[in-house]
Amino acid sequence: MTTANQSAVERYRNNFLKEVEANVEEGHMVKMCMQCGVCAGSCPLGNAWEHSPQKIFMMIRAGKRDEVLGSDSMFMCTSCYNCIVRCPRQLPITHIMHGLANYAHRLNLAPKGQPTRDFATLFWNNAIKKGRVNELTLTLGHYFTNGLVSGIKMALSMQSIGLGLFLAKRLNPMEIFGGHGVKDLKGFHAIVAKAKEIEDRKKGFSA
Amino acid sequence: MADNKFAAYICSGCGIGDAMKVPQLEAIAKKEGKMAIVKSHPFLCNAEGVQTIKDDIANEAVTHVCIAACSRRAKTEAFQFDGVAMSRANLREGVLWVVATGKEHDEVRQEMAADYVRMGCAEVKKMTQPAGNVKESSSKRILVVGGGMSGMTAAMEIAATGYEAVLVEKTGALGGMTAQLWKRQPFKEPYAAAQETGVAEMAAKIAANPKIKLHLNSTIAETSGAPGRFVIQVAQESGTVTEETVGAIVQATGFTTYDMAKLPELGGGQPNVVDQAGLEKLALQANGGAIKRADGKEVKSVVFVQCAGQRDKLKEDGGTHLSYCSGHCCGTSIKQATYFKDQNPDIDTVIVYDDLRVPGMGEDFYRSAQEKGVIFTKGKASKVTGGDSCKVSFKDLILDEENTIAADLVVLATGQVPNAGVDLEAWNPVVTAADGGDAAAKTARDEMKTISILNLNYRQGPDMPQFKHGFADSHFICFPYETRRTGIYAAGPVRRPMDILQATDDATGAALKAIQAVENASVGRAAHPRSGDLSFPTARLEGCTQCKRCTVECPFGAIDEDERRFPKFNEERCRRCGTCMGACPVRVISFENYSVDTVGSQVKAIEIPEEDEEKPRILVLACENDAYPALDMAGLARLNYSAFVRIIPVRCLGSVNTIWITDAMNSGYDGVMMMGCKKGDDYQCHFVKGSELAHYRMSKIGDTLTQLGLEPERVVTQEVAITDNQRVVTLINDYVAELEKLGPSPMKGFG
Ligand code: SF4
Ligand code: SF4
Ligand code: SF4
Ligand code: SF4
Repeated sequence: MTTANQSAVERYRNNFLKEVEANVEEGHMVKMCMQCGVCAGSCPLGNAWEHSPQKIFMMIRAGKRDEVLGSDSMFMCTSCYNCIVRCPRQLPITHIMHGLANYAHRLNLAPKGQPTRDFATLFWNNAIKKGRVNELTLTLGHYFTNGLVSGIKMALSMQSIGLGLFLAKRLNPMEIFGGHGVKDLKGFHAIVAKAKEIEDRKKGFSA
Repeated sequence: MADNKFAAYICSGCGIGDAMKVPQLEAIAKKEGKMAIVKSHPFLCNAEGVQTIKDDIANEAVTHVCIAACSRRAKTEAFQFDGVAMSRANLREGVLWVVATGKEHDEVRQEMAADYVRMGCAEVKKMTQPAGNVKESSSKRILVVGGGMSGMTAAMEIAATGYEAVLVEKTGALGGMTAQLWKRQPFKEPYAAAQETGVAEMAAKIAANPKIKLHLNSTIAETSGAPGRFVIQVAQESGTVTEETVGAIVQATGFTTYDMAKLPELGGGQPNVVDQAGLEKLALQANGGAIKRADGKEVKSVVFVQCAGQRDKLKEDGGTHLSYCSGHCCGTSIKQATYFKDQNPDIDTVIVYDDLRVPGMGEDFYRSAQEKGVIFTKGKASKVTGGDSCKVSFKDLILDEENTIAADLVVLATGQVPNAGVDLEAWNPVVTAADGGDAAAKTARDEMKTISILNLNYRQGPDMPQFKHGFADSHFICFPYETRRTGIYAAGPVRRPMDILQATDDATGAALKAIQAVENASVGRAAHPRSGDLSFPTARLEGCTQCKRCTVECPFGAIDEDERRFPKFNEERCRRCGTCMGACPVRVISFENYSVDTVGSQVKAIEIPEEDEEKPRILVLACENDAYPALDMAGLARLNYSAFVRIIPVRCLGSVNTIWITDAMNSGYDGVMMMGCKKGDDYQCHFVKGSELAHYRMSKIGDTLTQLGLEPERVVTQEVAITDNQRVVTLINDYVAELEKLGPSPMKGFG
């Protein structure tokens, strides 16, 4: 990963906008932002993050690579699409935010311990194992991200909900032993591997 | 001249007949108004009603008509009788709709209506229908000063309409600033790429147009006369002078770029820092190839600094540079940035802007530059240093931090400074001193005169009055395209800052205005806002004391002095505001249909109730441009105001002669209220200075009132806008209440 980062830095030298245009989903639209601030004012989570989309786009144009790729902002986006609907320049802001998150994650520059990032990783790993999400292991995995003690506390506090789900037949305790997968698990893994290969190639991670 | 015959027609329609006793009004018109014919009609403005009047004019030789019906602003088409003087008594908007309904108000309503009929009859008796001063020879050619984009467009538009244009250009070629450009901003869809300027084609068309006479290398040595008969001395560089007679003038003298040397903090004067005009020069040299700096190095990175020396604080608030936005420079920088990107997309092109202002379709052009990769950074530049590697320090307004970028070249977007000639406000005191024999002032005057453009020989100074920031504008809302010199129109950046596209529109507007002016002048018709008015002021010179107030106060510079130092009215320059009439202390100035007498006789016509009747009378003199319409609209909205007021519309508060006030007070009115337009720097006065002058004159009337033993509060002046229909009602009602507290005028019964 570090090598990917280094090669990206070298390739685009100080032109971070070009780097974003080449590697980030919808990145070519960043230059079209007119800095009106409508997205910043529309985002329901706006004040919970470090940088609004408007600022992120300005930072990209100002060449602030480390700050952008290390920002927690893109991970905080809830995909509500408020900004997309309102942007007078029709920037696909939500998609760009996710594209940036993905790029930062892959370069391993994204903030460590960022809860959304951690949960997304957990989710992904869980999902590709059997081709479907195992709710029980996913939930438990999530509870225990912050260590054993907090995990137990968390699990205990959620006990009654779990019981309710069990009684409503929404939760099968047996799933803890691996659970069931998709029919053609091998084929599924092949699809995921192929997809990754294509994406790597596109985004220059083919190393 | 045939004998005058007066007739009054009273309408009982629209509910007038139900609320008022029309037969009594008829009797008043007959007995007191001394009208030879008096008729009433249930629907006067319909075809049959109008025919009655026409028949009387044709068969009974009626020469003067008083129509007591709706406001003079209503039914103007129906009540239009050629060659006949007409007054209008406003019974509908002025009485029926504003006096509270109900029996208990019948008496005051009837009294009000009766007074308006008396006033209408009194007025018409003092009126003469102006015949219009048709000129035998009146020039319809139009002079265009300045051969840039605005001037060329104006000349071509004038010629295309069939009129003759005389185009005077100071330099040896047409095109002005536009000719100094590599390309211009796009005029057409999709607004995505800079275009050829088109100057060469236009110049060729002008040269080939038989309706355009071109004087290159020429300036105006003198302008004399008035619309329809301006005489222009066109001075050639070589020294020859040609005389041209024209009917109107379009001044399209453009702008000069703000001097970069005044911007040392932004690198003005340092190597590789240019203004936008400087960049055009480099682009012309490059001729589509790579743009090179003065030192020959190819530009690989460029930063544009917007609003350089512009949008500063006002001088009085401590600003040093231009306080306005020149409007074109954001678009110009966008265009210039694409010069680089179109030639080589790898050139780093950054525009540092505070607000990007791209009027019209500029937004599309902006987008197209973004698509080409021009970087727009919202920030405020604080320091620029020139040199081999220039540095631009700025505050990033989005990221809220200081930043510096390096570039091979820096372009400063400086502003437009109008070429408007001599500033009359500075000029007039100097001339007064020079005339008084002051030698230094004489030198200063001659020095100032060198920048004059029109060299008008008007008493009021050699150029057009300037409005804000030195632009030769007047008031866009009150006079769209008009100026304060009748028949002379400013077009393009000399009027207000603008880009090429706007300048061409502006020039077209000014060309049409000039055509209107030559046509008006040929038949003695007034221009805006009294368009079509055929009356004009005349002075009984036997009574004139040569006080010069009229000459000085005329907002339009219409009055010169003749050899005997009497005022000389140039009817074609006159806007018919009546300010001269209001100014004249010996009351010798009048119009055929508007005079000290037409209003004075109305003031005196009303019946003043005895003191113990407790019915005060308040005279309201309302400007016909805004205040009177606002009062009409109050009626339209059925808002009630006191039935104790008697309202007389005036052309402008400037036309109010103080004699009307003293007459009113002497006849026992309890108060006088004047309603005019907003005065001062943000004036809305349709005649620029009228309202201001009225306020000034009224501030001096206090002494007279005190001498008469009257409280100064009995005369008030109000500023009113056309939208103030609610406010006029409050103003009137509050004032009536205040006067009631003050008690009746002590002058009652002496009148
Ligand atoms: S709403 Fe669109 S144009 Fe405006 S700041 Fe956000 S991204 Fe930029
Ligand atoms: S889609 Fe994301 S960035 Fe856009 S408003 Fe919603 S949460 Fe904010
Ligand atoms: S047009 Fe743009 S650069 Fe020019 S003064 Fe206005 S805001 Fe500034
Ligand atoms: S009417 Fe007005 S414009 Fe005409 S001469 Fe008098 S003051 Fe001047």
